[in-house]
Amino acid sequence: MKTKVAIIGAGISGASIARVLSRYENLEVHLIEKAPDVGWGVSKANTALIHGGYDDDPKKYPMRAKLCIRGNRLWHQWVKELEIPHVWNGALIVATKEEDFDELEKLLERGRENGVPEMRIVDKEELFHLEPNLTKEAIGALWVPIVGQIGPIPAVIAIVENAVANGVKTHLETEVTGIKVENGEVKGVETKNGFIEADIVINAAGLYADEIARMAGIDYFEIHPRKGEYFLFDEGIPGPRRVLFPTPTPISKGIVVTTEISGHLMIGPNAQDLPPEEKENLATTREGLEQVWEGAKKLWPQLPPRSKVIRTFAGLRPEPTGGDFIIKAEEEVWGFINVAGIRSPGLTSAPAIAYEVAEIIRHDLGIELVEKRKWNPYRKEITHFFMLSPAQINEVVKRDPAYGKVICRCNRVSEGDVLEAIERMKFIGVKTPSVDSVKFRTKATTGTCQGSFCRPRIIQLLAREYGVGPWEVTLKGKGSEVGIGDVKVLFRGEDA
Amino acid sequence: MNDLPMLNYDVVVIGGGPAGMAAAVRAKELGLKVLLLDDNDYLGGILPQCIHPGFGLHYFKEELTGPEFAARFAKRLVELGVDYRTAARVLEIKNYSDLEKVVVFSSPSGAYQVWTKTIIYAAGARERHAFEIGIVGDRGAGIYTAGEAQTLMDIYGVMLGKEIVIVGSGDVGLIMARRFALEGAKVKAVIELMPYPGGLARNIMILRDFDIPLYLSHKVVEVRGKERVERVKIVKVDENLREIPGTEFWIEADTLIISAGLVPSVKLLTAIGVEIDPTTGGPVVNDLFETSVPGIFAAGNSVIINDLVDYVAEQGELAAEGAKLFIDNEGIPTRRWIKLEKGENVRLLVPHYLSGERDVWIYARVSKPMENVEVRFPEIGKKLRLPVVKPAEMLRMKLRKEEIAKARDGITMEVVPL
Ligand SMILES: Cc1cc2nc3c(=O)[nH]c(=O)nc-3n(C[C@H](O)[C@H](O)[C@H](O)COP(=O)(O)OP(=O)(O)OC[C@H]3O[C@@H](n4cnc5c(N)ncnc54)[C@H](O)[C@@H]3O)c2cc1C
Repeated sequence: MKTKVAIIGAGISGASIARVLSRYENLEVHLIEKAPDVGWGVSKANTALIHGGYDDDPKKYPMRAKLCIRGNRLWHQWVKELEIPHVWNGALIVATKEEDFDELEKLLERGRENGVPEMRIVDKEELFHLEPNLTKEAIGALWVPIVGQIGPIPAVIAIVENAVANGVKTHLETEVTGIKVENGEVKGVETKNGFIEADIVINAAGLYADEIARMAGIDYFEIHPRKGEYFLFDEGIPGPRRVLFPTPTPISKGIVVTTEISGHLMIGPNAQDLPPEEKENLATTREGLEQVWEGAKKLWPQLPPRSKVIRTFAGLRPEPTGGDFIIKAEEEVWGFINVAGIRSPGLTSAPAIAYEVAEIIRHDLGIELVEKRKWNPYRKEITHFFMLSPAQINEVVKRDPAYGKVICRCNRVSEGDVLEAIERMKFIGVKTPSVDSVKFRTKATTGTCQGSFCRPRIIQLLAREYGVGPWEVTLKGKGSEVGIGDVKVLFRGEDA
Repeated sequence: MNDLPMLNYDVVVIGGGPAGMAAAVRAKELGLKVLLLDDNDYLGGILPQCIHPGFGLHYFKEELTGPEFAARFAKRLVELGVDYRTAARVLEIKNYSDLEKVVVFSSPSGAYQVWTKTIIYAAGARERHAFEIGIVGDRGAGIYTAGEAQTLMDIYGVMLGKEIVIVGSGDVGLIMARRFALEGAKVKAVIELMPYPGGLARNIMILRDFDIPLYLSHKVVEVRGKERVERVKIVKVDENLREIPGTEFWIEADTLIISAGLVPSVKLLTAIGVEIDPTTGGPVVNDLFETSVPGIFAAGNSVIINDLVDYVAEQGELAAEGAKLFIDNEGIPTRRWIKLEKGENVRLLVPHYLSGERDVWIYARVSKPMENVEVRFPEIGKKLRLPVVKPAEMLRMKLRKEEIAKARDGITMEVVPL
């Protein structure tokens, strides 16, 4: 008899857990997500850094301190196995005042305690060698060469694809509304699509982990959102080679200046605490963006004009009571495991979180885990036209002429890329066609023109492949349909 | 590279819109071996989505719709036997020397390299989007650029929404206002940042015809609505375009159309070091629309944003004549280049350099509207009176070669009140 595991939430945490648990013969893993696709919660909008693991105080935040560095190490393996876009370019925490060095020394010390290798304080000369275009105010920095960057949603997608290939079942657009507990044991989860039986329920619901926990009768923590806003600039604008941080303050790691993995200059985030009920408030604000701009200018004075902004966006960090990750089997309810309060550095920690959960299942729930004889650790990245040489293009068009036809001009995404994305959406169970699902898999619509040329073509392909009218295709799930009907719908007076 | 199929041409035209089609037709008529490439599935560029009339009055002396105008050109192209490929995207231009260039393109039948003597770059423009104009808030469905909305409605047959707010009173914004109104939607407002409307007079009539409120000196600053647009926030601006605190108000709408101007698409040109004029956003060109890289010509909206398709086609033909002259002489023969400079109330102009070997059409835009003005070229003593000038209406005027010849160094164009 297999032990049935229900994981609530297909963010980076839930996905990573699903992948790690997919390794075991005696588990039947269900990954449940309310959104139409994976990775659309907290994991969607963040700084995308694989942090160095030096800034969490192991006394105050033992989980964060332990899992961040372990996660960083694990990502080196995961990005290769799963072909996740990444770069290891290191970070500089920059001092602009003499007093800043006290803080940097503290971080260095903490990093040593957490087991972070290779960090050191660099003087001005070396600093400018590492980052020539930094503000002239800089006088030194903490150099953390092990820091990297990944594509966060591509990472979730890759992990879920691999998990599904290894037998995990996904339930998308399936919102959990209750947890069934009998005699102190979990029995399953109620969802808007019916009951899913489970012996173990893992709560990886991001911003909503407190609500899910309450459904199981556990209410010792609350999660409130902390908003961070960002600017993304057009390609071709020179950005830094390293990830640049200011010297942190007690509240925040500060506003980062970085060249994100697609080569665009990105600045952000600020930190604004919101009341617990504002978990859907992802609106950008002028005040927040202004803060980001001012903050970034201190490290990177040559910010381009505002007309070079191609996108602004906001993310919400799930801030838990107490501040540390809450990862444990709850004693009152056998089989209920919280993976809650996964705020920053949750993206970095995710692989380590997943192994921690496997260990909890083995150790605290006493379930022996039997490895599959054949478990496939590998997953192939989708074809990206922009990475192909002309000779390689001639190879892929033999397979399918659609690969030769570019539809996103800015980022060079071919029709073949899009069709492959749609195939992969279907593979992991995406039911509602959305432009965002294609965007996160192919990068179409994220370039200079922000999709005004290619979005209509993507809509048409989605409509065709999903067998719906183009107006029924959504931007990002139900309620965000592209249109209200065919072009004559109002004219005929029969609109909804 | 060497393993790519190789093609050979005198001229490769990049872009199959009116500028590119006109260039290809003319080049063929002049006896050149031409290849036209376009990444759409059809010829015509943005014309097939422009189903309203107003095209070709100058060129065909007849008022046509966009698709009709495109079809006429496409027909001539086919009749003349011009080689063309659709669904073909140029990936790279390589400029080996003034006489040898390579265009690499991808298509459903694979990637090719085309060796060519000249290139006519007619890749058009892109639209400015919501983020570029600083709109904050949510990003649900219902936010479209005007061109995207046009494509979705008029090519894919999708009705986008019921209650529409349009940013920008240029021609495209106004035409989309009418388009929505004609299909039964309520256009709740057109919001214009400047104190005057941006479109041609005939298009401004649309507002009255359909009873659409126009807010001058206003801007959209925020959109709300998580899944889909629900409301947009608008604020009044002063004469320096600064927001006036306390003047904010919201309009409920499910659709926001951004028609905030076009930017020439020049990425392939900048990649090979073609000089760009920051005021037009397009390349610096001479009187044959040759860019700063010998043998690379440009035309249409990738050089300067035009109001009329007729001008675009005219530029394409001129570029083709340039290519012919270039090929025949292994370079454009000229004794000197005279710089055309912007003077008072001239925001942008092309061409930037004149040879004085031929008559030229000057295309220019003023910075601010004025009545009863004189357009002057002081160095050559040329003057022209005009009752009105508006930033929305491109000035087009001819300088004859004898006039240009009078200049010693540069010629200035200025627009001054009388
Ligand atoms: C501004 C910002 C910057 C950050 N920068 C970094 C960084 O640089 N490096 C780093 O390591 N970390 C960073 N983080 C943190 C990181 O993004 C998070 O720790 C991580 O993404 C959390 O992932 P998760 O899977 O726990 O949550 P989520 O990604 O939110 O996943 C939870 C999922 O649960 C689903 N769900 C919720 N309720 C239900 C329900 N009832 N039924 C079904 N499904 C449900 C949600 O839809 C969601 O998809 C940052 C975060 C923010 C906001």
